[in-house]
Amino acid sequence: MQSAKGEQSVADLALQSGALQASEASSRSKALARLKLSDSAFRQLTRAAAYFVLILLSGIIVSLVAGSWLALTNFGLGFLVSERWNPVTENFGALAPIYGTLVTSIIAMFIAVPVGLMIAMFLTELCPQWLRRPIGIAIELLAGIPSIIYGIWGLFVFAPFLQDTLQPFLIGLFGNVPVMSSLFAGPPYGIGMLTAGLILAIMVLPFVTSISRDVFSAVPPVLKEAAYGLSCTTWEVVRNVVLPYTRIGVIGGVMLGLGRALGETMAVTFVIGNAHKVSASLIAPGTTISATIANEFTEAVGDMYTSSLILLGLILFVITFIVLAAARYMLLRIARRIG
Amino acid sequence: MSATVNKIYASRRRMNHITMGLSLAATLFGLGWLVLILGTLLFEGFSGLSLRVFTEMTPPPGAAGGLLNPIMGSLVLTILAVMFGTPIGILAGTYMAEYGRHEKLTSVVRFINDILLSAPSIVIGLFIYEVMVYPMGHFSGWAGAVALSVIVIPVVVRTTEDMLTLVPDTLREAAASIGLPRSLMIIRIAYRNAKAGMITGILLAIARITGETAPLLFTSLNNQFWSSDMNAPVASLPVVIFQFALSPYKDWQALAWTGALIITMAVLALSVTARALSSSGKQS
Repeated sequence: MQSAKGEQSVADLALQSGALQASEASSRSKALARLKLSDSAFRQLTRAAAYFVLILLSGIIVSLVAGSWLALTNFGLGFLVSERWNPVTENFGALAPIYGTLVTSIIAMFIAVPVGLMIAMFLTELCPQWLRRPIGIAIELLAGIPSIIYGIWGLFVFAPFLQDTLQPFLIGLFGNVPVMSSLFAGPPYGIGMLTAGLILAIMVLPFVTSISRDVFSAVPPVLKEAAYGLSCTTWEVVRNVVLPYTRIGVIGGVMLGLGRALGETMAVTFVIGNAHKVSASLIAPGTTISATIANEFTEAVGDMYTSSLILLGLILFVITFIVLAAARYMLLRIARRIG
Repeated sequence: MSATVNKIYASRRRMNHITMGLSLAATLFGLGWLVLILGTLLFEGFSGLSLRVFTEMTPPPGAAGGLLNPIMGSLVLTILAVMFGTPIGILAGTYMAEYGRHEKLTSVVRFINDILLSAPSIVIGLFIYEVMVYPMGHFSGWAGAVALSVIVIPVVVRTTEDMLTLVPDTLREAAASIGLPRSLMIIRIAYRNAKAGMITGILLAIARITGETAPLLFTSLNNQFWSSDMNAPVASLPVVIFQFALSPYKDWQALAWTGALIITMAVLALSVTARALSSSGKQS
């Protein structure tokens, strides 16, 4: 009897604890299920965000094509080679803006690439160690200054300065030289394609410099030391070892800068003069794709005008996309080689 | 024989001197622009800087006034853009670094993101005009904020991915070994470890959009007056600078310089803070 009672109580206890365990286990499994749900929800959320980046780019392309469809079907490929830009008769062509974009960007790269490479060489080979960081930061601050600041500075300070000094000098210098005289023909307005190109050069310089510096400093020291051991001069080391080794990276950096220069809007809009004509003279006012859009979009009346401006935007996007994609591809290749 | 050798040595040395001199000159040239631009900005902008700039609305031509409504407009647009863009950017960067590090999707997204990072901002303005302003029928502050957030996203994606990739895998394994689910591991361990770098990215994104003008020109447009209605055009500092600088009125141009000084100081302060933060993060 006693023992039976004892057995019963033991069995009760066992049952009770079993029930307890069961409830604990079920709450535990509930918690696990909840965690599993939130875990996979988080994963899907991040995945959706990653896809969103892709959607963003395709959204840009689709909306630009849709917006420019009217102009695209109306003008066709002739849009690219026509110089007309007449809002009154609704006759539009992109030649002048495309020409201006290319000319200003070429001027910019013509100056920014050699200077940027020289600065990168100075920073990696010549500069005392303690000065490297401050100078590097200062150059990068140039990249941080908003483009509208370059614009206002270009309009009020740089353009008048060029009008008084460099432009008369160039006109005088090349006035009687056959081909060059047409490059610098016309009165010095101050504003124009040359001014825009020079401002772009200052803006692109930090990009070229910082990427070249990064790839230069990634050259294995053994290679450079070997060249120095053969008593090469610093310049010979840079020319024959550093540059060949980093060529793809440097080109990538240059293309990245070019992408910037092609798409730059505000700084150019201030100083380009907004004239829709193709002029051989570098000091003449012109226009670029981005400046045309910035100047005229809000004032555009009529669907055809708006659509033509969006078509300009599409052309700009296609050009910069190709340039930037090539740049990224090259930088990826050098990263693979170094890393 | 030795004469020709000496000649070669001399010419090599001369070449070296010339190029090294040129590289020094190039560096001074580059730094010169920075000094020149900042100097002009301080000189022109500082004279117009007063309390009135921060307390009064933009004036009609010929009257005195300040930049209160564009400053507030820029702040609101920036805050909204960061609120929209940062979560998406962080989540996308998280997927790339934590879940799909070796997936094809990640390398495609990284490539596209890098292109978005340097895409012309005026094209982004056109895009938002097409998808928001045109369907809604009017310019609005919302459209401006969304346009800016499109610029924020790629910057944040890039830095988030980079910073999370730097988090040591041992930390992740330790978290997994005590049974922490992956999402909690990311939020409590990886994010905490990469915090400084991720905040740097957000600051850089803010610095980037603070001076952006082109995407706002045909999204949030401009507004002469105070407006808290995000459905209506909103004034912003860069667009006001653009408008005032190109105007023929001297007092508007002076205000444009002051606005330019304010923007530049804000941007430089942000990027210096970001830089300090990222270098302190590296040391710890």
